[in-house]
Amino acid sequence: MELNTQTIAVAMSGGVDSSTVAAMLRADGHNVVGLTMQLWNQRRLAGKEGMPESVQGRCCSLDDVYDARRVAQQIGIPYYVVNHEERFERNVIRPFVEEYVSGRTPIPCSLCNNHLKFDQLLIVAQQIGAERVATGHYARVAFDDARGRWLLKRPADASKDQTYFLFGLTQEQLSRTIFPLGDMTKPEVRELARHHGLALAEKPDSQEICFVPGGDYKRFIDAYLAEQGEALPETAGDLVTTNGEVIGEHGGIHNFTVGQRKGLGVATGSPLYVIQISGANKQVIVGGEEHLYSRTLRARRINLIAVDDLHEPIRVAVKIRHRHEPAPAMIERTGPDEMLVTFDEPQRAITPGQAAVFYDGDIVVGGGWIA
Amino acid sequence: MRRIYLDNNATTPVLPDVFEAMRPYFSDQFGNASSIHHHGQQTRAAVEDARESVAALLGCRASEIVFTSGGTEADNLAVAGMAGPGDHIITSSIEHHAVLLACKHLEDMGAEVSVLPVDGRSLVDPGDVRRALRPNTKLISIMMANNETGVLQPVEEIAKIAAEAGVYFHTDAVQAAGKVAIDVAQIGCNALSISGHKIHAPQGVGALFVRKGTRLQPMLYGGRHERSLRAGTENVPGIVGLGKAAQLARAAFDSGDDKKMAAMRDRLQQGILAGLDEAGVNGDSAARVPNTTNIHFDHIDGEAMVIALDLKGVAVSTGAACSSGAIEASHVLLAMGLRPDQARASIRLSLGKQTVDEDIDIALGLVPETVARLRELSPVYKRPALST
Repeated sequence: MELNTQTIAVAMSGGVDSSTVAAMLRADGHNVVGLTMQLWNQRRLAGKEGMPESVQGRCCSLDDVYDARRVAQQIGIPYYVVNHEERFERNVIRPFVEEYVSGRTPIPCSLCNNHLKFDQLLIVAQQIGAERVATGHYARVAFDDARGRWLLKRPADASKDQTYFLFGLTQEQLSRTIFPLGDMTKPEVRELARHHGLALAEKPDSQEICFVPGGDYKRFIDAYLAEQGEALPETAGDLVTTNGEVIGEHGGIHNFTVGQRKGLGVATGSPLYVIQISGANKQVIVGGEEHLYSRTLRARRINLIAVDDLHEPIRVAVKIRHRHEPAPAMIERTGPDEMLVTFDEPQRAITPGQAAVFYDGDIVVGGGWIA
Repeated sequence: MRRIYLDNNATTPVLPDVFEAMRPYFSDQFGNASSIHHHGQQTRAAVEDARESVAALLGCRASEIVFTSGGTEADNLAVAGMAGPGDHIITSSIEHHAVLLACKHLEDMGAEVSVLPVDGRSLVDPGDVRRALRPNTKLISIMMANNETGVLQPVEEIAKIAAEAGVYFHTDAVQAAGKVAIDVAQIGCNALSISGHKIHAPQGVGALFVRKGTRLQPMLYGGRHERSLRAGTENVPGIVGLGKAAQLARAAFDSGDDKKMAAMRDRLQQGILAGLDEAGVNGDSAARVPNTTNIHFDHIDGEAMVIALDLKGVAVSTGAACSSGAIEASHVLLAMGLRPDQARASIRLSLGKQTVDEDIDIALGLVPETVARLRELSPVYKRPALST
């Protein structure tokens, strides 16, 4: 990347990826400022409703901020922590809880990208004089002259591909974002971290949602609502087969996600899976595995990156969750903000609340939220 | 890049004379001040000289000064030392967290705490203090000058109310010492806290004035240091530094330095506000210490402003830093009635003895332009990010 006098803000999480990005850019001679967003106070729910007493090594934990700060000191860049807890709670935590309670399975990471990492952070960067933000995401961004548009593309390391969570980025946001790790593999990044003498070169990656320690989202929801002084909405209801036959009861729809097999509380001889969750009538519809497959889905609140608009159906490959191989499909506009996705082959466990992201080879065409 | 330091309420540089006074106590004069041999006698003398200097700054007897590790310890020692479970304490919503959380801790242990509100100038109403008195009120703690706004409280009036009621009165003078003249007899307080690093002495040393006859329970047990009120081998270099700084502070009043400081602060304040709309001084119409101005600039983010200024070499502050280093909205500004967005849009500039006119000139060249640029950028995006 060419050297210029502009300042680049690096979003530093205290992890090896963003730390390496900061070291790389600094070594290349750029003007770098390190920023960490304080998004969630881990101590708020500590010890409540079964939540762990002390949380370490999670995003915004003191340990992670400490690690980021030490890296910044080591490589010699100014470093600041900026407080966006209120916005995170409003734009990520609240919707997260509300989605589950409505029977959908949310992706907070996409919301965080859309509202915090590539919105609020870009604003802060601009305010402090940094025109661009660099992150440790495994993704690629480039301007395509032919189309006259910024393109988001899959990275070199397919196993670390985070483009699924970035489908919501606008042209404006992409124009000011740099992903220095897009052409590297994870092992190469760790090697580079070692080369720069970063002690956290061996730090394990965080795999979970940053504000749900241990991955138990139900416990988080209970603790959060208790802290807010709100009762968990009463969503207990019937367990129903695909034929409409009531075969049992459940204690709340937020305990279930499409494709789930365990925790149904009924046994019928053959395996039963959650096929659909109906928030309106508080029903959890279960059935055999064959019912989990569907060839179509509707996506709403679409964001298009590679193209300006869809005038006719096109052929793409679609991911319906992060860990999913993009499946060939046709997508067509069916409303002002809605698209119909028709897969060549039936897909397993299409889950409302997740994102449907459209790929054309390496290029992220765009995506939307599964209705 | 020339760096301008305008955050003296956070900490001050150790003055060269203070450092020189401390120097021998790191090398030749190293004895434990409690040792009976020559080495101890030397440092004992130095500690007692320093004690006299601090007493002179505060207008009290040397025997009424207890050295501590800083202002926080002095505040904690005052609160926990003069009140306990079953007692009632009156304090204000704008106290430093050292007082507020010490009171909160006592409340958790069974004390009762009344936290008085303040008006739009962040002033405590002495009438409120009187009305808050209960039969079991043991202690009133109201700070002399607020660290964020610099506003001075009516401590003499409050001390009278305390005296009439037979209640102890403590005042946190950490931000007042060295900036305004202090005479503890005139104020009428039982206890008063100061901090070394706010008056150009090093970090890690402070003092608590405890009026003779006031009963104080110690927090630290061990040796019989400080008349058994505060155990622990004396931080001799720190104490010597505090003593020298106190001496210099007192002399500075005689030279009218506080008036010069006020003039520089006023020039900075007026210069920033000139030509800026929707901006103003927090605590404007109240009496303030001469070095502080806390200004709100509507429609900008104070945190971004502090960072933007820092990247240009100007050091100021806003709110209070939490343990991760992120800024939280100032409880003081909120207590004064500022909206949260206004509290977030405020920055504090505070001068020190080392501040010169050139620093003010440079700051005046950078602060208004940064405000203007931030206002231009707010709100930023024409197209909002994907919402769900």
